[in-house]
Amino acid sequence: MKELSEVNLPEDIRYTKDHEWARKKGETFQIGITDFAQDQLGDIVFVELPEPGDRFESGEEFGTVESVKAVSELFMPMGGEVAAINEALEDAPELVNTAPHTEGWMLELKASDSSEYDQLMDRAAYLDMLKGLEE
Amino acid sequence: MKETVGTRGLILNEPFLWERGGKGRTGYSLPRRDVAAAALPENLTGDGPDFPDLSEVEVVRHYTRLSTWNYGVDSGMYPLGSCTMKYNPKTNERQAALTGFSGAHPLVPSELCQGALQLIYELEHYLAHVAGLDAVSVQPSAGAQGELAGMLIFAAYHRDRGKPRSKILIPDTAHGTNPASAALCGFKAVPVETGPDGVLLPASVEALMDDDTAGIMVTNPNTLGLFETHIQAIADIIHAKDGLVYADGANMNAVMGVVDFGRAGVDVLHINLHKTFSTPHGGGGPGSGPVCVCKRLEPFLPAPRVVKTEAGYALSEDFPKSIGKLHAFYGNFGIMVRAYSYMLSMGPKLKDVSQHAVLNANYIKEKLKDVYHLPFDRPCMHECVFTDKFLEARGVTTLDVAKRLIDYGFHPPTIYFPLVVHGAIMIEPTESESLENIDQFIATMRRIAQEAEEDPTLLKEAPQNPKVRRMDETTAARKPCLRG
Repeated sequence: MKELSEVNLPEDIRYTKDHEWARKKGETFQIGITDFAQDQLGDIVFVELPEPGDRFESGEEFGTVESVKAVSELFMPMGGEVAAINEALEDAPELVNTAPHTEGWMLELKASDSSEYDQLMDRAAYLDMLKGLEE
Repeated sequence: MKETVGTRGLILNEPFLWERGGKGRTGYSLPRRDVAAAALPENLTGDGPDFPDLSEVEVVRHYTRLSTWNYGVDSGMYPLGSCTMKYNPKTNERQAALTGFSGAHPLVPSELCQGALQLIYELEHYLAHVAGLDAVSVQPSAGAQGELAGMLIFAAYHRDRGKPRSKILIPDTAHGTNPASAALCGFKAVPVETGPDGVLLPASVEALMDDDTAGIMVTNPNTLGLFETHIQAIADIIHAKDGLVYADGANMNAVMGVVDFGRAGVDVLHINLHKTFSTPHGGGGPGSGPVCVCKRLEPFLPAPRVVKTEAGYALSEDFPKSIGKLHAFYGNFGIMVRAYSYMLSMGPKLKDVSQHAVLNANYIKEKLKDVYHLPFDRPCMHECVFTDKFLEARGVTTLDVAKRLIDYGFHPPTIYFPLVVHGAIMIEPTESESLENIDQFIATMRRIAQEAEEDPTLLKEAPQNPKVRRMDETTAARKPCLRG
């Protein structure tokens, strides 16, 4: 298990309390789970994702991630329509462990309200929250 | 510490059946044919399935050797939390095997199976008494189906009142199957967070309960092994808004003859006969998950039901509000015979079962809490939950402790569950273990904690003794090989 100081928290993404992240990519948003989340879960063996075209509200469950320890739900950082999913995860779920913020992305979202992005936590706020969890 | 029971033992290798045998070997000989040979119709000819040719002794040795690779409660302590892996007395197997029960065909007319019907009828009444509720159906065939029956009854009740509801409250310490059972009945699960002491607080329930919520599903004792002390107050809040209270009674082994669920405000409860009432379990079934209800919900119980008439016992379908049939015929009957036999053989000592189960768990909790972190330091019920927090500095995890226990001849406890506890180690000794066994388990856990301090590789490389060493569970899950 990583120490907090070892957890990789990029500046160019926003964070949720459930440990998902979102990144603005032109017109769409990329969604995934954080380095902290993958580290807590351990070796990830399966990622269940929705279909492109599915619509979700912010905070709604959009899939599950299964590690050797447990199955956890995935929650939408923002509402919108799924534009694409990361099909590489079907054969290589370990990408979520090795590169949670890049190759391990989960889906691309056409946001229904892109201002929701601004309400997500930035790096500093998320780190503060993690520090609170440690205590 | 006494000498450990874990050894290398004499474990023989055994290949797949397909790698054994030789062309033309058989395990049977047919009697001499006394009719003329006839050709088979063409549609019945062709290549058969790929079965190996084996002699009788090869088959017997194959399965005997495989059986020696197994570990069960008949081999040793099996403290798998949340699973109640207690010893099942052999007398109950004997009763279940009586030919009058085991040979009864499910289509036999009622007048020719009065004994079987009487057993079901009386078992339902005994279970109602233990639960503190009014009526029971033993038809559901497992815990999750008992839950489903409970949720179908919730839905039928609200429909019958002309006011169907869409939501259900489920605490984060409930059994994992609860949300699935509720979702199958069209309810949306609303999670309720546990309070800081590991039990549900009335205020959290009050904040979420409304006129569109069908009720609450509480696991009591909960999956932290703690009794939901506010259950009555919570039931009052739910009832005030015309909701219903469901209790998941899978942890009944902690409270038999001690808790009156009816008086606690519970409307529906399921019991796992295969866990608590003497049926070996964990192998995938069959199980039995009777559903118990209060008087006003009795009309909704699954049908058919066994009724007592002047002419004897009969199966009746005459329950117009029933949620219907949940299982072929009347459920898994053999398990009912074991439960009936268990209850009669225990008699009033059924209460001692729960008291000993709770005492044993608390004893382990107190004897280990200085070396393993205890997240909720309060009296527990039938199981106690530790974490790997004290071991983290040495890079040792819950998984390593579990694997090391195998070297010492114990089945590991449940790990990484419940999910609300990080790195959980969940120990349920049950009432079956003697003080010597429990002391040996405690001494082993303490030695493992000491090993973690002095030589963590002993844990990291465990298990060393068994035939199969530590498995690569990650690759097994990512790239499963499912060939026979």
